[in-house]
Amino acid sequence: MISFLTSLVNGLSLGGIYAIIALGYTMVYGIAKMLNFAHGDFIMVGCYIIFTAVSTMGLSPAVGIIASIILCTLLGVATEAVAYRPLRHAASPLAVLITAIGVSYLLENLALLIFGADAKSFTSVVKWSGITLFGGQLHIQGVTIITIIVSLLVLVLLQSYIHGTKNGQAMLAVAQDQGAATLMGIDVNKTISLTFAIGSGLAAVAGALLCSAYPTLTPYTGAMPGIKAFVAAVLGGIGSVPGAMIGGLVLGIIEILAKTYISSQLSDAIVFGILVVVLLFKPTGLLGKITQEKV
Amino acid sequence: MKTKKQDYITYAVVIAAWAVIEILMKMGLLSSHLQGLLVPMVYYAIAAVALNLCVGILGELSLGHAGFMCIGAFSSAIFSLMTEDVLPGGLRFFLAFLIGTAVTALFGFLIGIPVLRLNGDYLAIVTLAFGEIIKNILNAVYLGVDEKGLHISLQNQMALGLSPNGKMLISGAMGMTGMPHDSNFTLSVVILLVALFITLNLIRSKHGRAIMSIRDNRIAAQSIGVNVVRYKMMAFTISAALAGMAGVLFSHNIATMQATSQYFGYNVSILILVYVVLGGIGNIRGSVIAAAVLYMLPELLRGLNKYRMLIYSIVLIVVMIVNWAPAAIEKREKIMAKLRGKKEEA
Repeated sequence: MISFLTSLVNGLSLGGIYAIIALGYTMVYGIAKMLNFAHGDFIMVGCYIIFTAVSTMGLSPAVGIIASIILCTLLGVATEAVAYRPLRHAASPLAVLITAIGVSYLLENLALLIFGADAKSFTSVVKWSGITLFGGQLHIQGVTIITIIVSLLVLVLLQSYIHGTKNGQAMLAVAQDQGAATLMGIDVNKTISLTFAIGSGLAAVAGALLCSAYPTLTPYTGAMPGIKAFVAAVLGGIGSVPGAMIGGLVLGIIEILAKTYISSQLSDAIVFGILVVVLLFKPTGLLGKITQEKV
Repeated sequence: MKTKKQDYITYAVVIAAWAVIEILMKMGLLSSHLQGLLVPMVYYAIAAVALNLCVGILGELSLGHAGFMCIGAFSSAIFSLMTEDVLPGGLRFFLAFLIGTAVTALFGFLIGIPVLRLNGDYLAIVTLAFGEIIKNILNAVYLGVDEKGLHISLQNQMALGLSPNGKMLISGAMGMTGMPHDSNFTLSVVILLVALFITLNLIRSKHGRAIMSIRDNRIAAQSIGVNVVRYKMMAFTISAALAGMAGVLFSHNIATMQATSQYFGYNVSILILVYVVLGGIGNIRGSVIAAAVLYMLPELLRGLNKYRMLIYSIVLIVVMIVNWAPAAIEKREKIMAKLRGKKEEA
């Protein structure tokens, strides 16, 4: 029972990280209508920024996180403007996807050249050691609790931003119909830039939590969590903010439970199997909306 | 016919390259290091042709082709290991080639059933997922053979209960060892020619035109009676089978192999995608040339190797924007018109 609870808590922690990444994914996918393959690599960039600030320059973790969020936001906006925007109306929808793959490759190899292939050990940004329950039988790490709190906080903030502010409404409008949004006087470019800014900022937050929970940092740290978070976003219904949250948490729990009770080698296969099953039987995900393709 | 002539040029380029390399080898001008790179070079060229059929002709991005290569590599290697003492080398490789291709085609078909209901981004991510699933499962499987037949387990080698003269085929994450070195450069070029023959003839056929009509406008194709599911399945299965051929070459050119991301991860699929994009999406001959040149170039220019991937990624982004961005296309057309105008004046 205790071991099950421990797995569940670990699952929630991993799920919270997936949820934050998936929130960024789902916003970009829902509003800009593109799969930002490099999203996972923004996480990795964020981790290296914190690592450089804290371990190399000796700054405090708070400064590192703020620097990481700012730089990742700038990176996201710049990437969109330089690499994705020119291809927004390309004849083939594959063009922007392949470019995103190129950006992902570029970031990974830049990190490889700058920091080398060897794994860096990341100092956790969460100093709190956590709480112990049931007379010492169940220990919940501080980073786990912080992750869950942060992911819920991000969800609430995002929801109120999207539904409560003018910019948020503009995002919804662009997500629905870019042409009509333009006619309503919405600056589509600005709105999509803003979406990328938020998504990439969230990637930096997720990176700080990811590397605090799993403290080995390599140029490929972000790739797998990024892809799994996409699975989470699809599971929850792409474009849906609460869906990304639920999808992330569910996926994290499933992954940890599969690792503990089935096979650690097959856990990735199980996670990806879920993606296949969801897309086959409920392609819109848990909370997604059905959209008809029009000619 | 003009298109036929283009196909013959493609075959001629491959055969000429083969002849030049063979002559260089006979004259002893190629170091053994370079000779060792020839089969992998052709292996990547076949994989690039396979992926180009999927990306350029069918118009769907697959990030799971490394997974298909993995299936081709493992299934053919299992056959070769089992018949190592029974069959002579040439026949064994021929049969292994057929089996590897057929098994991969079967998997391509089975995976295609769910995958091809999707489009675009979803299809790319799901093929990536399938590639990773294949790799994961092969890393967890233990397979052995003795006089009683095949034994399979997901736990460990002991659980197989092999008899003393039994033979391990797949040892979980340790992969496979002791495959016979049946492939060589000439054989791999022959396989490349077979792959090219299949691909080019498919493209020029009625079926190929149907597949390309789906790429250009799925709904329009459907409305004029093209069976979208059938043709997508056809292209995807053939593309998978071709990737399997590359896998057969891989496993018969290497003494040990594991289903690691280095050999069969989605990064390999992306590397092949780089070859396809730089060779020209939909341009089969371009894929072969790009794969061969891009594979050999960093090996010839040492020192560049460190920056190889970085350069590839930048070139990939630039090529995509220059070739596909509407603004860039417009600008290019303006410049072309200007050049043409000048020519007419002169």
